[in-house]
Amino acid sequence: MKPMRPQDILLPVAAGLCCKPGGFHIDPVRPVERAVITHGHSDHARAGHGVVLATQETLDMMRLRYGENFAGSTQVIHYGEEIRLGDVRVKFHPAGHVLGSAQIAVTCKDICIVASGDYKDAPDPTCAPFELVPCDVFITEATFGLPVFRHGDAADEVKKLLASVALFPERAHLVGAYSLGKAQRVIALLRQAGYDAPIYLHGAMETITHYYQSRGIALGELRPVKGVKKAALAGTITLAPPSATSDLWTRRFPDPVVAFASGWMRVRARARQRGVELPLVISDHADWDGLTSTIGATGAGEIWVTHGQEDALVHWCQSKGLKARPLDLVGYGDEEESETPIPDEAEA
Amino acid sequence: MNRFAELLDRLAYEPGRNNKLRLITGYFREVGDPDRGYALAALTGALSFKHAKPALVRELIAARTDPVLFGLSYDYIGDLSETVALMWPKAALAAHNNPPPPSLTEVVTTLRTLGKTELPKQLERWLDELDETGRWALLKLVTGALRIGISARLAKTAAAALGDKDPHEVELIWPGLSPPYLELFAWLEGRAEKPVNCDPAPFRPVMLAHAIEDADFAALDPADYIAEWKWDGIRVQAVAGRDDRGHITARLYSRTGEDITGSFPDLVPSLRLPGAIDGELLILREGRVQSFNVLQQRLNRKVVSPKLIKEFPIHLRAYDLLGDDENDLRELPFAERRERLERFVKKLDDPRIDLSSTVPFTSWDALTAARADPASAGAGEDADAVEGVMLKRRDAPYFPGRPKGQWWKWKRDPHIIDAVLMYAQRGHGKRSSYYSDYTFGVWTGGEGGDELVPVGKAYFGFTDEELLQIDRFVRRNTTEKFGPVRHVVHERDKGLVLEVAFEGLQRSPRHKSGVAMRFPRISRLRWDKPPREADRLETLERMLKEEAAEIEV
Repeated sequence: MKPMRPQDILLPVAAGLCCKPGGFHIDPVRPVERAVITHGHSDHARAGHGVVLATQETLDMMRLRYGENFAGSTQVIHYGEEIRLGDVRVKFHPAGHVLGSAQIAVTCKDICIVASGDYKDAPDPTCAPFELVPCDVFITEATFGLPVFRHGDAADEVKKLLASVALFPERAHLVGAYSLGKAQRVIALLRQAGYDAPIYLHGAMETITHYYQSRGIALGELRPVKGVKKAALAGTITLAPPSATSDLWTRRFPDPVVAFASGWMRVRARARQRGVELPLVISDHADWDGLTSTIGATGAGEIWVTHGQEDALVHWCQSKGLKARPLDLVGYGDEEESETPIPDEAEA
Repeated sequence: MNRFAELLDRLAYEPGRNNKLRLITGYFREVGDPDRGYALAALTGALSFKHAKPALVRELIAARTDPVLFGLSYDYIGDLSETVALMWPKAALAAHNNPPPPSLTEVVTTLRTLGKTELPKQLERWLDELDETGRWALLKLVTGALRIGISARLAKTAAAALGDKDPHEVELIWPGLSPPYLELFAWLEGRAEKPVNCDPAPFRPVMLAHAIEDADFAALDPADYIAEWKWDGIRVQAVAGRDDRGHITARLYSRTGEDITGSFPDLVPSLRLPGAIDGELLILREGRVQSFNVLQQRLNRKVVSPKLIKEFPIHLRAYDLLGDDENDLRELPFAERRERLERFVKKLDDPRIDLSSTVPFTSWDALTAARADPASAGAGEDADAVEGVMLKRRDAPYFPGRPKGQWWKWKRDPHIIDAVLMYAQRGHGKRSSYYSDYTFGVWTGGEGGDELVPVGKAYFGFTDEELLQIDRFVRRNTTEKFGPVRHVVHERDKGLVLEVAFEGLQRSPRHKSGVAMRFPRISRLRWDKPPREADRLETLERMLKEEAAEIEV
């Protein structure tokens, strides 16, 4: 019998990353019989699969987004728990990306592959910290896979926001942030920085934010912004989906300062293109230093690089003597950029 | 340096003037001397040191990064300073041993005296010590590319706000001050007397006019006013004075007080009599005033070559005299200053400086006729360069700013065309939720019959109510979206006709239509007009022919 190769265990196919010996797909983009899901962002967690294996939080988020019947059946798995699927063993480890996000370690015979999904090694008060999992093959994202992406300390960015609120007390501050994960992290960071005034929420953020609170994450007093008088919003902070911060919806705010919390805000042209006045470099993805140090620390001899700037990261791995290749997976965007814009006239 | 970088960073994104002021004033309040003084110098362009070449920056980064990774990064970012600032590797120094990042003062004073050979090592050290934004600002500063959309005037206004002073006061003493402006800040904070301007050729805040409306004339008596041509050039103040040793210093200021002497060295020798002339900068060829388009070839030039000076000979046309030798004339009535000006120009007797003639009139009807036809009212062959007429009260002293009822400007009617709205783009700042930038076009013959070709862009001229109407129209009639740009329906019978007013036309190879408008604005919304009745490119081309012969660059 031929010795087992990594690509015999996991292989990219049209539906996503397929584990033949285990009989499942990881984060499939098309409906499959058995799906194993890393985290709740919509490009990774889709509706319509037969059986879904994921953390409690990820399953809850899918239920909130797609309704009760988002899958044929579901199975909860906890961090550190290992289960057998077909000929492989599957174990979940925290990925530090958003609440409930996981890296999935797939072991077959003596080969261990870690599909890390989206991850970050930076501290985040709203989710379990990233856990380093030694492995033979490490599948890494490359959203910020260029050495220009250095995210710095998110707490400093929040200080920038608070300094601006202090300088412009008569203006409203609108912070564009992805509704799942980023928004709650920004709120938690504001609380850590000592900001204890009520924080306002765009309607599209309420459900998921309340879910975070129900999981014991302290976010302080939150209020819906809908129905609040314009003048009363002076000096306040409102969290909104990025697409809302540049449209009709903003007219309810007094002379708003538009901020945007994203790793992309490192690039001036990106911030200017979006008309952002206060770019906040806060990312839920690992930056270049995070990617390269994590890759090194896993001890993996082979690196598969997916969604993002694959070229640069593959080049870096090869320059360090690691076997590396881009993994052609389609259908995963960066949620921070690709979030479906809300229709123009909505909530006008 | 990091705090200054933070300010630059924030300013670069802030579209609102008042908010920019707040940010700068806030910085001045928070940061002590001498750092804030050097910041003020950087913002007003008053710093001078030899700039580093981009090639040096490339060498520094090449020595410490992988060339493939640098190439990919530079491609992605598109700006050298920003790429280097972001990817500069963290210095491998022990945490307890890290030197503090340099202050702005340290950077500026070091750069002033640093030898060329020492620059690379010094730059490297600073880049190691600063954070991302700090490195970005440092590289912009040392390469002399600090373009952040702040005028010197705005920075001075922000400084004045620190002590609740009128920016004119700062402007007045400015020429006598130098970085780091300790005595200026001491005065602004009430710790010292106002600094005395001992500059021999200081700037005097300019007096401006109100635009006159038809209804204004009824209340005005023609006998109280002197009229003169309003030339289509650049308003300047030409000042000459004697220094301690009796030598003449001459300076040319823009109307905001910016020293622009360096751009017009050919005028300096003509300013040899002590005095201060308020006038218009023009290009004269064989005694004829050229159009603004021609003058434009001499603006914003880094290097003023002998060829440029020869082909675009500069000229000063004098309107007013603010100072005559030691005497400040600004308290005198205009009629008297005008007499002194006539004597002054005569005494100067210089071919580069002449008097702007007055326009005799006895009734508003007579002036209306003169304005409509400057050629036969005294402007002669220069009539094309007349932008309108100015009315100045005979008894008006020279007040800084825009005092009511003293000076009026009465521009000639602008050119008007009817164009069709083609694309709309979101505005910035307060207007970021509105489609407020409009690209409009006119008809021209194409392969498949008539088609619209874009001829310009306008983002003002309309009222707030009209903005709402256009915004609504754009949202309801979008045919395609490209990022922030929307294609708006523009067919023969479907679309919005905009009446566009503009001041002049210029041939432009950069535009598909081949023409570029000067100062275009939306003057009316023609909801009543179907797009097929909008103007044609031929109309613009005819207007262009009249001006085209004058430019040859």
